[in-house]
Amino acid sequence: MLIRNAPDLKDYDVTDHGLYLRRREFVIGGVGLGAALIGARPAHAAPLKYSPNRMRIDEDKTPLKDVTSYNNFYEFGTDKDSPAAYAGMMKTRPWTVTIAGLCDKPGKYGIDDLIRRFPLEERIYRMRCVEAWSMVIPWVGFPLAKLIRAVQPTSQARYVAFQTLHDPRQMPGQRSDILRWPYQEALRLDEALNPLTLLAVGLYGQTLPNQNGAPIRLVVPWKYGFKGIKSIVRIQFTANRPKTSWNLLAPREYGFYGNVNPAVDHPRWSQAKERRIGEFFRRKTLPFNGYGDQVASLYRGLDPRTLY
Amino acid sequence: MAAATGTGGRAHRIESALVWIMCAAPLLLLVLQGFTGGLTANPIEFVLRELGVWALRFLCITLAISPLAKWAGWLRPMRYRRRIGLWAFAYVCLHLLTYIAVDQEFDWPNILKDIAKRPYITIGMAAFVLLVPLAVTSMNRIRRKMRPRSWRRLHRAIYPIAAMGVVHYYLLVKADHRDPLFYGAVVAVLLALRLVPKGMARPARARG
Repeated sequence: MLIRNAPDLKDYDVTDHGLYLRRREFVIGGVGLGAALIGARPAHAAPLKYSPNRMRIDEDKTPLKDVTSYNNFYEFGTDKDSPAAYAGMMKTRPWTVTIAGLCDKPGKYGIDDLIRRFPLEERIYRMRCVEAWSMVIPWVGFPLAKLIRAVQPTSQARYVAFQTLHDPRQMPGQRSDILRWPYQEALRLDEALNPLTLLAVGLYGQTLPNQNGAPIRLVVPWKYGFKGIKSIVRIQFTANRPKTSWNLLAPREYGFYGNVNPAVDHPRWSQAKERRIGEFFRRKTLPFNGYGDQVASLYRGLDPRTLY
Repeated sequence: MAAATGTGGRAHRIESALVWIMCAAPLLLLVLQGFTGGLTANPIEFVLRELGVWALRFLCITLAISPLAKWAGWLRPMRYRRRIGLWAFAYVCLHLLTYIAVDQEFDWPNILKDIAKRPYITIGMAAFVLLVPLAVTSMNRIRRKMRPRSWRRLHRAIYPIAAMGVVHYYLLVKADHRDPLFYGAVVAVLLALRLVPKGMARPARARG
């Protein structure tokens, strides 16, 4: 998987010194690092075995504390600190992901089988929320494309739809009809197959905290955060464009594509700038969140005003 | 009754100090959270939101004071109505200042564009502009120069201003409208109480 024309993938040919010092931990499964950190992390966080990937941007990472305490995960409440407070109610084992629809190998896949089957990589991506704030997060996961190729979609499949767990006992936010539950998102098949599109199972080298979408979530770095559906239980291949949660709620505000686009304002606020968490001044938002070289070609021929 | 009409006395001073502390507490709490890192990962957004919500809460408290006197016969808070109203104005000013100075970094072209283009900012700014004459005329020196009837008429603008504050809040929320709707209901009830003819109210009587 070779990504050309990627100006911000600067440091792929030099191994970060910290990473070099930790090289044995990749081999033995990060046991040493995990033991050192385990006291500082929630009890369920476990170290993951992964290899670094050159899809990493050269910008300061958002501190773990901020990544795990400032979340939009309405299944646990609409305040930014609600997910961190209540997501502990969600059981992430056992967990199966149902793969269905237009593919040759539908079925139920256990989360640990998926994690064992596909080699994990670390990807450091920008994350731009539709609310005009952003983070830089070191995800651990595998490309969605690998899973898709393994289950062999048929030639009729044009979209991939995702669903979050629907269980109001574990997800108290689902007791009120703020969104239509379960949360659903979707990508065009070619978007899903793009090498940037990731199924994340961890961040900062450890399994995902529940508030970040454990045990498995979507990460599509050139799209607004709401496209990155969390705690996925179902992946389905379809011929027609699936309905998506925020688009159903307010189609003028949240497009199907959800591409980061500074030229198209949210009807109620500007998308031209964003506040990077940890920074004081706003910075300019980049088209496709800075991943235009890798993904702009997917949208050739489409009216740019519709790409939000 | 003596305590309600008297001007001095230790009890009165303690009561007055308590009201002052109550009004300043949310602001002091924000400062304290600033020192202890309690302003979330996005402190500017958090402070902006908190100041706005407290402005709305103090507006609601101010609006509740005369119905309390009229319907419950509780006259005591009346003497603090002006102070609480001015604190509401202070929170509005801090909210606006945070938006202009910290959130927008004095980017005037963008601020003007926001006012023209974003209905929630248009309404919020209009509410602020309408609030200024109310704050100014609450000064005794100016109030004395005005005819009581025109002063009262001017200060009735507080109801549409509060309603605009609620709409301002409602329009910026993404999906969960429960909080703005709650404040909308409070303002609606207080306005309805204001509109009920006085004859239906229980005769006012002092109660502590």
